[in-house]
Amino acid sequence: MTIEAEPITAAPTKPKLALYWAASCGGCEIAVLDIKEKILDVDAAFDVVFWPVAVDFKVRDVEAMDDGEITLCLFNGAVRTSDNEYMANLLRRKARVLVAFGSCACEGCIPALSNTTTRRATLDWAFRDSPSTDNPGDVRPQTQTVTEFGTLELPEFWETVRTLDQVVDVDYYVPGCPPQAHQIWAVLETVIDILQNGKPLPPKGSILGAGDKTCCDECPRVREEKRITGFVRPHEIIPDPDTCLLDQGILCMGPATRSGCGALCVTVGVPCRGCYGPAPNSKDQGTKMVAALSSVIDSQDPAVIEQILDGIVDPVGTFYRFSMAKATLGRVNLEGSSPGDTEREEVGL
Amino acid sequence: MAVAFEQEVSVEQPQLGEWQPRIVAFLCNWCSYTGADLAGISRMQWDPSVSIVRVMCSGRMDPTFVAKAFELGADGVIISGCHPGDCHYQEGNYKTLRRVHLLKRLVAGFGISPDRVRLVWVSASEGDQWASTANDMAREIRTLGPLRLQT
Repeated sequence: MTIEAEPITAAPTKPKLALYWAASCGGCEIAVLDIKEKILDVDAAFDVVFWPVAVDFKVRDVEAMDDGEITLCLFNGAVRTSDNEYMANLLRRKARVLVAFGSCACEGCIPALSNTTTRRATLDWAFRDSPSTDNPGDVRPQTQTVTEFGTLELPEFWETVRTLDQVVDVDYYVPGCPPQAHQIWAVLETVIDILQNGKPLPPKGSILGAGDKTCCDECPRVREEKRITGFVRPHEIIPDPDTCLLDQGILCMGPATRSGCGALCVTVGVPCRGCYGPAPNSKDQGTKMVAALSSVIDSQDPAVIEQILDGIVDPVGTFYRFSMAKATLGRVNLEGSSPGDTEREEVGL
Repeated sequence: MAVAFEQEVSVEQPQLGEWQPRIVAFLCNWCSYTGADLAGISRMQWDPSVSIVRVMCSGRMDPTFVAKAFELGADGVIISGCHPGDCHYQEGNYKTLRRVHLLKRLVAGFGISPDRVRLVWVSASEGDQWASTANDMAREIRTLGPLRLQT
């Protein structure tokens, strides 16, 4: 009589989840944890195989994986350095579904505002000119430093900040700076549902966890189609709590921004800054904002229009605060886009 | 061969092999397009580097169109509508006026000369006005040179 050996059954493998941060502030990571106790549901449904901010797996662990072994990768942060690019390519290979998570990965966000200046100016400010810098020898980071212990390496710092989909193929987008917790949970819940119940995936390129209207649609304030005679900055007035901020002359990006946040900022009296990216069916947030603002200016006289427009301190930085890397007109060229173009300072009309 | 109109503004004869600008013109259906049509019927010559896109009103001209034109290789953009007060839709051209003023500031912020965007008013009877606008813009863009967007 033989005793049959019990077959060795591997524990059922769970789908694998990776989260990574490239050029980002870490806010997206916090936002994932903002789903609170539901993070336990995420842990129950997924095997977290890579998440530098929370778990101790190394890049070499990812490199050792098979291609396509990771089921889902939420990639936040823009692509600013050679290391960011390397990780974007690595995770694209290893993950079956790659999601551009948060505004930096989708549109460039705050890091991409340095596309309005040059690499040199950014480094000068960071290592020499900013008041808090104490660097009398003007020491700059080098990609290679030879020490007695060997050669140390730093990634290369690029001239232009790029979005994830400007570097690798991206399957889905979750906008927001950061994406709101209820939206993150809605996305993860959908993914779990798809994995466990075999539901079909949404079409490639879909924007998940956001609305399909503009921020104005969610805004509780009353819009009266008023015309304004001047722009004010938020600290200059105490805004009326119930009427449209744009009607009150405050530059609010609501008309050119995708809905999905629940109108968080405008509800508490702060103008929309545009973090959910361009509105549906538009690719360029800035030019849409030009169209929207031109409708509220109350003048037909060129001189008066100019005077009113002087109230907009920095059109490029304001209209493209979150989408500079995706601007149709490209990065800002301080030398002028051709030999004949004027310097940026000499704005003449 | 076309006979030059007597009030004809001279069309610059570009040298063979010389760089030619590409200029996109958004003309409103009611005044400016008809004006350009009149220029053609009257056999006025205007610079061949200007390509016309007809829109129903200059107010239809979304600033996104201008950015897209530059992205696709235009070196200059002309926007032309009815004279102030004459808009077929009452005030579409006033909207355009405000848009272009703000758009020029935006374009300048990107390091692109605001002279590459030009707003003009051309009525249906101003064929000569259209021809001189097109020629003038082409001359200006030839001076500025090709637009190279940085990516």
